Order: sequence, then structure tokens, then C-alpha cells
Amino acid sequence: MTTVKTELGDSDFAADTHSDETFRDAARGYLQRVRGGDMGSLPAVLGLVVLFIVFGLANERFMSALNLANLVTQAGSICVLAMGLVFVLLLGDIDLSAGVAGGVSACAMALAITSHGWPWWAAVLAGVVCGALIGLAIGLLRAKLGIPSFVVTLAFFLGLQGVTLKLIGEGGSVRVDDPVIRGITIDNLPVTVGWACALLVVVGYAGLELYRHRSKVAAGLHHAPFGVVIARIVGVAAVTLGVTYLLSLNRSVNPNIEIRGIPYVLPMVGVLLIVLTFVLTRTPYGRHIYAVGGNAEAARRAGVNVDRIRMSVFVVCSALAALSGIIAASYGGKVSASSGAGNVLLYAVGAAVIGGTSLFGGKGRALDAVIGGVVVATIANGLGLLNQSSYINFLVTGGVLLLAASVDAISRRRRSATGLS
Amino acid sequence: MTAEAIPKIAPILELQGVNKSFGVVHVLHDVDFQVYPGEVTALVGDNGAGKSTLVKAIAGIHPIDSGTYLFEGKPVSVHGPNDVAALGVEVVYQDLALCDNLDIVSNMFLGRELRRRGVLDEARMETMAREALASLSVRTVKSVRQAVSSLSGGQRQTVAIAKCVLWNSRVVLLDEPTAALGVAQTRQVIDLVRRLADQGLGVVLISHNMVDVFEVADRICALYLGRVAAEVKASEVTHGQVVELITAGRSGNLGLAPAEAAQSM
Repeated sequence: MTTVKTELGDSDFAADTHSDETFRDAARGYLQRVRGGDMGSLPAVLGLVVLFIVFGLANERFMSALNLANLVTQAGSICVLAMGLVFVLLLGDIDLSAGVAGGVSACAMALAITSHGWPWWAAVLAGVVCGALIGLAIGLLRAKLGIPSFVVTLAFFLGLQGVTLKLIGEGGSVRVDDPVIRGITIDNLPVTVGWACALLVVVGYAGLELYRHRSKVAAGLHHAPFGVVIARIVGVAAVTLGVTYLLSLNRSVNPNIEIRGIPYVLPMVGVLLIVLTFVLTRTPYGRHIYAVGGNAEAARRAGVNVDRIRMSVFVVCSALAALSGIIAASYGGKVSASSGAGNVLLYAVGAAVIGGTSLFGGKGRALDAVIGGVVVATIANGLGLLNQSSYINFLVTGGVLLLAASVDAISRRRRSATGLS
Repeated sequence: MTAEAIPKIAPILELQGVNKSFGVVHVLHDVDFQVYPGEVTALVGDNGAGKSTLVKAIAGIHPIDSGTYLFEGKPVSVHGPNDVAALGVEVVYQDLALCDNLDIVSNMFLGRELRRRGVLDEARMETMAREALASLSVRTVKSVRQAVSSLSGGQRQTVAIAKCVLWNSRVVLLDEPTAALGVAQTRQVIDLVRRLADQGLGVVLISHNMVDVFEVADRICALYLGRVAAEVKASEVTHGQVVELITAGRSGNLGLAPAEAAQSM
């Protein structure tokens, strides 16, 4: 029998490493993880590069500032919906009704403005509450009755389309011409404000990362090597400032008017991304979502209220779907009977999965949804520019979703073989 | 019941005359069971002897029909697992209750995360987890930020057990902790069980493996068809006697009276 050792120094536990020694070790560790099947967003980022090269070569208009700004506004609603779906997917559930829940909520918002004369903010609030209530109903049926989420949300997918039809009448549509709502996607931040925001994001991120690195080193906690921290900061700065630069160029095709600046939808998605990332990674609630997704029984035994977590993710998902529906209504200028139906949900699920969220639960980030959302929007945008018939669009998007799901399934198998998670 | 020298230390947890039935099946008959601080009590018995039911009764999962539940000599009313957890009684289940996708620290604090201004206090959790593991001389863990999925069976069991140290538990019930482990890993876990008791916790080890039981247990409680056949000091019995207690309910002058043993059938 070994003697009791309580000193950290001489215990076998002293083998515990507080840091990957160097930048090179960290890079090697990352490569090892990727090879072991833990690829995260890497396929999505590589896919995005390939898509940009292909579409850029196929059509010179693709790389124009106008089209890139258009791409941003197209991606907005997909990203928001996909971020909501990440919450549900983290539990290994699915919400097939998220798209139409967004449609119904946008419809409620539009009717509140046009028929009842509500101010825009009250109407938006009503739309989001409408979404949250739909999510609550789904969550109750899923968690309390134990109906598989696939079936519950399929029923809502059909039922909610009926609700939208009833609200706006057969074949019609409701116009959205409130200047604020429309402005989300058609108006831009003044260029100087855009640059100020971008700098604030970069400086804030760098400050936070460096502060956390320093305090971790000081407290002797596990931390990433300094080189990795710097690489992350440089990456965030490059993307933020690059996008800001592109969107600050004049993109008007008419020489008499000038269009420049960041569309309002981009900071909206950015704020949501920051808030949701914070919730998922820094709060007990977020930790519990991952725990329930990883092993619901273990979470239950540890005292986590599994039913409440399960209900809450559907509420979050549908509320975000409502926001996404409102952004889509802003982009389209109307809400119609088919809002949120069709391939909207498929796009969003595809976005989340392409970005690296697992369909099996327990793995995913809000950032995955945004990266995946940009990939999906790029496909839709690029194919649209190439004037392909819509059947090609469906085929390609379906194929991409299938490809992403296959990558997810295969990498999951490799992860379990190599013991990574 | 054998006449036994009254121990110098008082039991930390004690059940007196506990009965439990599921419908017409009378699973536990007047069971008396004690757990002493600083000692490992092995709970042995054949399949269907009532080991799991007894553990679940202690854990508060099954309410008892009659009998007294004493903690530190005082009767307590137990209505559910939370009451038992509040007393400082932890159960480490056979099918390890860990989340594969979370790291060691997150798993050890799951459901009881430390927070500072509403936000997870990762720094304090990591430090405390590291100290808990170090106090048990846990070996071969590369980093406390490792995902649990990358750990071996023995390491997982270790993390589950270290959780009890972290929460200053008073009594730990281990349900077949070595059932799925190899030789070296069993060694690790058995050492760990000993260290838990050395830290003053009352440890209950449920096991089928007589070698493990004799290696680590201070006392042995043998269940036979829902009755306590005997509660003996491990140093005072032989391997063979315990096996007889398990299979026949009696061994020489130990165990149930012949009539009682027969009646249990």
C-alpha cells in the first residue's frame, strides 16, 4: 500500500501539466486532435476558402463589395437561427419547427405594426415573446411527456404554417415597412462608427485575452501558451478589421450615390454571438447544457434539473428563431405564408452542423453557427449569381448538409476510438 | 447476529431494523447496518441478496417501510436523495456518472459549480480539483483540464471518487467500483478506497470480489436473502467462511440460526 501523500510536489499527480509547453507543442496537439476526429470548425473554414475561390473565379461580381455586403445581410438570419439551433442540438435534440416559428413570430410582429399601430420595439418584443411561448410549448411536450423532439417539432412545423396562413389570409402577405425594422438589413452604420466598433471589439478582445492569460499564469492554472493567445488575437483582429474595411468601401453601382458602412444586422449578430458564447461557456446554466447533452443521467444524479434545461433550450431556440424571422422579414420587406418554411430550417441546421456542432449532442459553440451560416449563405449567394435553376440550389444545399452530417458522424466515431471528445 | 465486541468508536451512519418490500416481495428483513468513520465496511452477498436495495435505501432512492435511519447517533428522516446528500453521504455508482464531453474539473463540480458574481469561478474550481486529486495521490492524470472521455476506466472511477473528497463527504458508498477494471486499475482504486478511509470517511464497498474485500475492508457485512447473515471483522474470518455466509447464510457458529436461514428460503 502506498503511503498517503498530500504534498502536490511529490505526488504522482505532479505530472499534471499546467500548460502546453510551447507554441509548437500546442500546434502539434491541435493537429493530433484534428487527426483524431476533433475538427471543430476547420472543415467549415476550409470550405469557405474553397467556395470563395470557386465562386470568385466563376463570376467576377461575386467578389464585389456590393455582393459581399449582400452576403452579410443574407447570412444574418441564417446565423441567428443556427445559433438558436445550437442550443437544441447540444442536448442531442432537434427543432424542425424553428424556421416556421420564426415565420409566425415575424408575422405577429408585422401585424402588430400594420394592423394595430404598435411601435416597432413593442412589436419586436411581441414577436420574440411569441417565439418563446412556442418554444415553451415544445419544451413541455418534449421534457414532461417525453415525446421525441423530432415528432413534436414536426407537428409544430405543420401546425404553425397553418397559423401563419390564418393570420395573413390565403396567398397574401403582410408588408413590413417600418423604417427601423427595414433598416436592420438595408441601412448601414456610419463609416466612422463602424470603425470605432471594430476597434472596440479588437481592443476589448485582446485586453480580455491577455488579462485572462496573465491571471491564469499568476494563479498557476492550466493555460494556453502565449503564442496561441497572440495567434487568436491576431485572427480576430484580421477578420474584424478586414470585414470592416470591405464594408466601408463605396459599393454603389450608381456613381451618383454612395453606399458604404456596415449593415446593422452584422453588429446584431456580433452581439448575439458574444452574449450566447458567454452564456454557454461562463455560466452554470451553459455548463449544465453541455452536461445534459453529454450524459443526461450523470447530470441528473449530480443534481441538475434536466427537464428544466431541456425546456429552456427550446425556449431559447424559438426566441432566437423569432429574431431570425424578423431579420428575414426586414430583408424581404414582407411576411408571407411561406416565411420560414421551405429550406430555411434546413439551411440553419446545415449551418450549425457544417460549423462543427454535433447532431449527437454535447458538442458545439455559438461561433460554429456563425461560421456555418456564412458558408451556407455563400453557397446560396454564389449559386444565385451563377443563375442556376433552383433545383441545383436544393441539390447542392441538401448535399452539403449530408456531407456535414457525415463528417460529424465519422469524426464522432474517430473521437471515441481515440478517446477525444 | 454474532456477539461482537462493542467498538470504541460510534458508527457515523446506522440503520436499525430496516424492512423494505416491493409489493409482496419482502426484500430487506430487519436489517441492521453500521458504517464507522475511518473504516471500510464491505457489503457482500449473492445476487438478489438485497445489496443494491440496501444501498438505494441508504442513498434515499428507496424509502424504507419501517426501521430507523441514524446519522451520528441521531435519527434523521430521509425523504429523498437530496436529504442524504445534505448529510454528507455520497454514492459512487457502478455505471460511472460522468459526462464524457466535459473535463475533469467540470465533472467534479457538476451541479455544484462555484460561482463568482454569477459567473463560473474556473480558477477556484481548478485549484480545488487539483488539490483533491493530489490529496489522494492520484497518478497518471495528465491534466485536470483533460476531457473525461480520454481517461481509462480506473481514472474515471478515480475522478468519481475524488468528487467525494472535494465535497467533504462523511460517508461514501461505492457500488462495485472495480467490476469493470483490469488488474492495475483495480489496484489503484483499492488503494484509493483505503486512502478515503484513512482520511476519516466512512466507506461502504459493495463487491463480489473476495480478494478486494479482504485486501481493503475492516469489517464485512454479509447479506443472505435480505437478512444480515453476519457482520464480522475482516481479520477474524477466513475467505471460506465469508463465502459460506454468502451462499448458505451461515458458517459454523457464525450467521443465521438454521431455522431462520431455512425460513428465508
